[in-house]
Amino acid sequence: MTMTQGTQQITADIAANVWQVLVTEGATVSAGDTLVILESMKMEIPVEAEEGGTVTKLAVKEGDVLDEGALIAEIG
Amino acid sequence: MDSLLVANRGEIARRVIRTANRLGIRTIAVHSDVDAGLPFVREADDAVEIGPAAPAESYRDADRVLAAARKSGARAVHPGYGFLSENAAFARRVRAAGLVWVGPDPDVIELMGNKITARNAAAAAGIPVAPGTTAPLSDVDSAVSAAARVGYPLMVKAAAGGGGMGMAVAADEAALRKQFAAVSAFAARMFGDAGILLERFYPDARHVEVQILGLAEGRVIALGERNCSVQRRNQKLVEESPSPWLDPGVRERMLAAAERLGEAVGYRNAGTVECLVHGAPGAQDFVFLEMNTRLQVEHPVTELVWGLDLVEQQLLIARHRPPSVDPAALRPRGHAIEFRVNAEDPVRFLPGPGAITQWREPAGEGIRVDAGYAAGTKVTPAYDSLMAKLVVYGENREQALSRARAALGSFTISGPKHNLPFFGELLEEPEFVAGTYTTALLTRMRAR
Repeated sequence: MTMTQGTQQITADIAANVWQVLVTEGATVSAGDTLVILESMKMEIPVEAEEGGTVTKLAVKEGDVLDEGALIAEIG
Repeated sequence: MDSLLVANRGEIARRVIRTANRLGIRTIAVHSDVDAGLPFVREADDAVEIGPAAPAESYRDADRVLAAARKSGARAVHPGYGFLSENAAFARRVRAAGLVWVGPDPDVIELMGNKITARNAAAAAGIPVAPGTTAPLSDVDSAVSAAARVGYPLMVKAAAGGGGMGMAVAADEAALRKQFAAVSAFAARMFGDAGILLERFYPDARHVEVQILGLAEGRVIALGERNCSVQRRNQKLVEESPSPWLDPGVRERMLAAAERLGEAVGYRNAGTVECLVHGAPGAQDFVFLEMNTRLQVEHPVTELVWGLDLVEQQLLIARHRPPSVDPAALRPRGHAIEFRVNAEDPVRFLPGPGAITQWREPAGEGIRVDAGYAAGTKVTPAYDSLMAKLVVYGENREQALSRARAALGSFTISGPKHNLPFFGELLEEPEFVAGTYTTALLTRMRAR
């Protein structure tokens, strides 16, 4: 997860499938809110917002296969 | 039985194929498209691709597996563990197709596969169970009132759960309300059954299980125990036999209880009776936890200590034959420890799939490696993280530990994340070296 000029880029820590997407583009989120739930090797891994803001970009949909480091969402 | 379809993948498919090859039985592997390059596919006599990576469309799809059995002319089906292994409907369909099912009777799978009916069957057979509920709970308010009788802390368990999934600890009512909702939603989605069981939680216990073999003639024999207390997220990482620090009287009663339970439910084939041993050494007692109606991941530790091929016994029992050796002549000898080499980071134990660029296994006296992968193959996120099992044997625990240290030092894996460094750490951990560890070990190690 990296921050650039006030924009929070949420990336995948591990190679995984996108199991559930819990937010939509334009949604307002608070720090700690779960954005998506990844699934890898029979384990569910929730991905949370580090800080609150607006979801300016949602780069994944349910069923997507992500490599480690792939962009999940941007929060501004 | 001249041909066997192995309805599984990875290390266990390879391991079953190895025994079948030795016995001159033709083997048929089934595999998903992403698994085409794995060793088990190559080592089988025939292979049938049955679908894409998603287990629901390949390894867990009974229609596709049965179609592959028809197409390949298989005469028997070995389910391994996971996937369809504890699916009674699948076992019935295998038999209805005129094939040999290498496992217990489907009715027994059904009875013992559900944690509540299994627990009730154990209690009926006079085996101690933890304080808990005897019928599935479907609403949180009845769970809260049941909890008053069971007592906190307690375990919230999915009745249909397995493999350490679908369970959570609740220390008080607030936690119970939260976990009840989470576990039942998870269970409905994962297992298609939201029913919940509450059971007293023993925080500092030993997970000890008994390997049983239900013989064709009807007798059930216990082949010792395995201690599986090194766990993360209620899933086992290390197993050993015999269990250190187990009161001899408790061991004796537990083995007898497992045999009695097996005979009470008419168990045939290999199975495992899992128990929790609580209390300090010298004042221990045990309760029944659950039963696994299949071959277990950690079966090799029992094979090394008892000098017996469990898959061979499974194949014999499935054909109503006596075991390959006289059970009365079997004696345990020495000590065996298994380490589950997973594609996960060694600190947080989070998944780390990837392509394997280097893979070198240790070899030598007292060392066995059951691997599902090799250099040039890929660990995908679609399946569980087990890549291989390193199993060491010694005349005693000390020798097994020293062989484990040497073996770990010469195991090389590059590409995916892996937990070999964790095992290095564990082998220096005083509680593990002394054998006094409980299921709380990993939490304690990571809290430091």
